[in-house]
Parts: sequence; structure tokens; C-alpha cells
Amino acid sequence: MKAWFFTEDAYPQLPDQDTYRSIRVNLPNKHFDPETGADNYHQFLDMWLMAEDLGIEIMLNEHHQTATCVVPAVPIIAGILARESKTARILILGNPLSNLPRPVRTAEEMAMIDVISRGRLECGFVRGVPYESAPANVIPYRGTERMWEAHDLIIKAWTSHDGPFNFEGRWFHARQVNIWPRPYQQPHPPVWVTVGSAGTARPVAEHEYVGAVFLAGYPGIRPIFDGYRAGYLARHGKDAPLDRLAYCALVYVADDEAEAKSGGETLLWYMTSNKVPVEYNNPPGYHSPPVAAKIARGSVSGAGVPLQPTLQNQMARGNMFCGTPDQVYEQIKAIYEYSGGFGNLLMMGQAGHLTFQQTKRSMQLFSREVYPRLKELTASHDSDAMKETRAVLPDREFTDLGTFGVEFAR
Amino acid sequence: MAGNNRQTTRIELPGASVDVVRKGSGQALFILHGGGGPVAAMPFVDRLAESFEVIAPVHPGFAGSAIPDHFDNLQDLVFLYLDLMDALELEDAIMLGISMGGWTAMEIAVMSTARISKLILVDSVGVKVGGREDRDIADVFAAPPEELARLFWHDPANAPDPAHMTDAELEMVQANRVALGLYTWQPYMHNPKLPGRLHRIDVPTLVIWGESDGLVTPNYGRALCAMIPGAEMAIIPAAGHSPQVEQPDAFVRHVTSFAS
Repeated sequence: MKAWFFTEDAYPQLPDQDTYRSIRVNLPNKHFDPETGADNYHQFLDMWLMAEDLGIEIMLNEHHQTATCVVPAVPIIAGILARESKTARILILGNPLSNLPRPVRTAEEMAMIDVISRGRLECGFVRGVPYESAPANVIPYRGTERMWEAHDLIIKAWTSHDGPFNFEGRWFHARQVNIWPRPYQQPHPPVWVTVGSAGTARPVAEHEYVGAVFLAGYPGIRPIFDGYRAGYLARHGKDAPLDRLAYCALVYVADDEAEAKSGGETLLWYMTSNKVPVEYNNPPGYHSPPVAAKIARGSVSGAGVPLQPTLQNQMARGNMFCGTPDQVYEQIKAIYEYSGGFGNLLMMGQAGHLTFQQTKRSMQLFSREVYPRLKELTASHDSDAMKETRAVLPDREFTDLGTFGVEFAR
Repeated sequence: MAGNNRQTTRIELPGASVDVVRKGSGQALFILHGGGGPVAAMPFVDRLAESFEVIAPVHPGFAGSAIPDHFDNLQDLVFLYLDLMDALELEDAIMLGISMGGWTAMEIAVMSTARISKLILVDSVGVKVGGREDRDIADVFAAPPEELARLFWHDPANAPDPAHMTDAELEMVQANRVALGLYTWQPYMHNPKLPGRLHRIDVPTLVIWGESDGLVTPNYGRALCAMIPGAEMAIIPAAGHSPQVEQPDAFVRHVTSFAS
């Protein structure tokens, strides 16, 4: 198991949620105080370096026009950490390819980070979240096809070393492509793609890229991972290695249960803060019409706010691992076995007002007491034994499927 | 709400097929619907079918039809309808376009008016009349539902309520929205080149507008009207973006009197 420390680099110093309609897209940036913002950035950079010191890898992402994540250009944070960190892998998950106008620029940025870090980049490609179709001014319809076309251009830019080529696709055109620098890792940095359904997992499996699932929890994880594994087996004639799958959830480890509950509830800001109205979470063509209809009716949350954003509910769903080291290990092991196994744990280890010291203590406990056991768990992985273990675990039923993961259901 | 002699046929055209509703008899009235979806089942169309042969295609992507794989924007619709008008051998047709259907109608008319004798635009989008930071046309993909209803309708109580729709109806509304997005996303609801081409419209043109339209205001309508040689303007009181729905009597009166 490889564990990754992730924070969205939020700006949580906001007015009361009742005073605004949306935390994304149109929340006026007068609420962003640059002095506070500077302190925040430095604290988050320190957190990622703290995680590296604890032997944990680094995970970064980007979002736009939102206080939930004030990294609108992930290559900048990644570029700083490429220099400041020394050993950790640096995962960007990811570059929102459907919403970025120039894939060649992304190829250049990623190659540069890979070279500065001396080959420590893990490069994720994502379609992007629904609320960012307005900031990007890109209609989400056919976003997945757009993402794959951009991907094709980036891979070609990374792997062409004998002079320029031209690219005239449906969505992207590029002339005399010949990037400098080229990537440090050959033929190119490892690629990750987020997946939210069996259908979208299949092409990722066929490319042997890492398929990453965010917060699908018990209600959603099996069909997605099964789709990946089926696609992998069909294309490659062998079982997908554990390291091809990743699961992202909130993680808080504490010395005792009282502190776990308190810290876990603070961390839950990631979900409770995500107030987004229907006009931003349901842009045309992001969701299939049946899902879009449910969002319009209000029977599922497209905004990402789970219908029941309570600690107990999110822990039951497998979206949050929270407790003492023993408890957190058992929680992760349970969904690991239920899902059929994964080799990467993407830990949302900080969100909202969780302090540096709380985050550090949680990650220290994780690193010392949970991580070694997870590594043993994956080291002893036996594909056939896992299938048997999984087979005797019945599907867990949830009456409401309005989980956080709707935006990733693509 | 089936009208007399109503008939839907699927017409195969090069690269795409299109569903066309035909009802009534008389001079051809070629109706291009707006982003809200097909209008052929509405009372105003039945009224018009008493005097005209209504020919109302359904834009691909609306009302459960598929968006052809190669469709990218409104231009694909324009060429589809140029083909359709040829296939139907329309002659002296009155072309009536509502909202984005009005934009489509103008794009067709600046290419050729060979098959049409008159043009009617209803609360039509398609041009930019203000400066680069002026919001000529409300952003229907960013406005809250309640604000949209207030802008769209003279009486917001006329706005359809999702709570009273079946799942299938609501899914169709959402699918219609995808098609609207495909046709109008960027440049938003307009073609920057169109004003420079509108001088080519050489048939009598009537611009009809709902007085309370907040989505695309009557002032926008007046500016649009001024771009088309000889175009007349008719403002319908107590109507918003869909005067044909909120004031069908006045609407039908304007259409029939302009046609005669």
C-alpha cells in the first residue's frame, strides 16, 4: 500500500454559510484576505513536506473559482514541491483536461515538474467537476471524449523526440509540437485517471493507468473497481495489480476516541462546506439526463454535498476513516477487502479548520501505527484468496444513493 | 393536445435524420422552436394550422431524439435545415423562428431566401447588441431556477414546476438542455458575424417580442430589428420570452395579419 497525503488547500476563513448561495463560482473574492491566504499557502506547503518526512507521498489537485480549493493552477504548487521535497512521489490528480484549452501547455508543465523533481511526478488526468464548466467556459457535453483527445496529444508530445508533429483533432489543434523539456521518466510519468463507473474505468484499465475513485464508498466502489479489473483482464490477460487502483477518502487518526470524533467532525468541513446550487452543479451534458433529472428534482445532490454529511454516516459509507490507529486500520482493511483490494490510499488528511498540529498528529499516528500494517496487508496480497474473501462479504445496502460521489459518476 | 391532421415523420437527410411535425393546410409555415423544446403540440400551433400548413422540425437532441455524432454547434442545424427545405421542396414558405430557432432562421435567411417569402422572429437571440461586458442575453446556464422563471415569464406562475413532472418528462427537459447547450454555448447564444450579414435578408420580416421578456429584452429586439432591412416590430403586452404561450391570441393575430 502506498499512502498519499492530500489537502485541497481550502480557504476556510469564510462568513456564515447562510450569507451566500454558493461557495463555488460566484462567491465574491472580497472574502479572500491576501494576508490570510499567504499564511494558508505556506502552512499547506509545510503540511505536504511534513507528510514527506513521515514517509507519506504527496497528492495535489486544482479547482477554479472556489474557496474549497485555492489552487487554480496545480503546476505552481507542484513546481514548488518539486524543489522543496526530496523523496516523495508527487501526484497531481489531476489536470482537468476537458477544461484546459491547450494540452501542449499541460505536457510542457508536467515535463518540467518531472525534470525538476528528478522523476517523481505521477500525472493525473481528470475530466473536471461540473461547477467548473462556467469558469472554463466549456460545455461538459462530450467532456470525456475531449479529455481523451487531450490525453492523446499530451502522450504524443511527451514521447516524440525527433522533431515536431502537428495535431488536428476534433477539439484540439496544435502546430509544430516539440516540447522542451521532455519528461525525466521514460517513456513518460505514470498516468492516473479518476473513474466513477465501470464504463469509464474500462479505458483506464486498458491503458494500464491507475484508476482512482473518490469517495464512492461502500455504495459505489464494487462496480467501479470490478469494471476496471474486468477491463484490465480482458485487455492484458492477467489480474490487475493492486497498485493500479486507488481509493480516496477522508482520514483522521487520533490518540483516543474523543479526539477522533472532534477532529473527524472538523475534517468533515470538506463535505459540509460544499454548498453549491443547482445552476452550477448540473450544467448541460455533465450528468446523463436521468441523473440530471434527479438533481433537478433534488432527490440526489449533484453539488457534492452528501444528503447526510454526518460523521457517523460518512464513516458507515466508507468515505471517512476516523478513530484510533487500531480502528482506522480495521476500517481501511474492511473496505479494502470489500472492494477487492487497492494499492493506493489517497488520504484527505486535512480540510477546513483542522490545524497543522492536529493534521501532523493524525499523520504521525497513521505513519507509525497504521501504515506499516497496510503495507503488510498489500504485501501478503494473494489474488485468489482476495476473491474468496470478497465473495463472502455481501453487498452493503444503502437506501439513499445521494452520496458525495455523484459528480464523479461519469 | 393533438391538432387536426397532425403527423410526425422522420426524414432522412445526408448525415442526420430529423423528426418533422406537419399539420393543417395552406401556405407553408416553417416553425423552428426554441431552447424550451418543440412547440407543435401547443394551442397556438393548432390555431395557426387553421390557416397554414405548419411544418415544425424537432432540432436533433430535443424531445428524446439523438444528437448526431458530428454535430458541434448551431451551424450543423442550419445546414440540416437547408437540406430539409430542399428535401421538402418548400416554396414561398413563411419561416418563423422562436428564440434560438430565430437565430437559426436568420442564419438560414442570410444564406438563402430562395424558399421563403417572409420571416418572423420571436424573442430571438443570435446577435450581440451591447459591449463585450454587457449581458445582452441572460446566462440561462448560470441563473438560479427561480430567477430564470422571473426573467422568462410575464407571470412566473406559468413556469413548469419539476415537482409536477414525471421522471420521463424531467429527463426530457434535461436532455433538451444538453441540446440547447450544444447549439448555443460559445459564443453564447449569438454569432458575432451575423450582424454583418443580416443585410442579405431580402424578404419582409416581422420581429415579435414579449414586452416582459427579461431573458432577451424588448430593447435587444429593437436593436435586432434595426439590423434587418425593412423589418417591423410588434410588442405583445403581458408576455415574457414566450408570447406564443402567454398570449396566444395576440400572437396568432400578429402572425396571420403579417402573413396576409
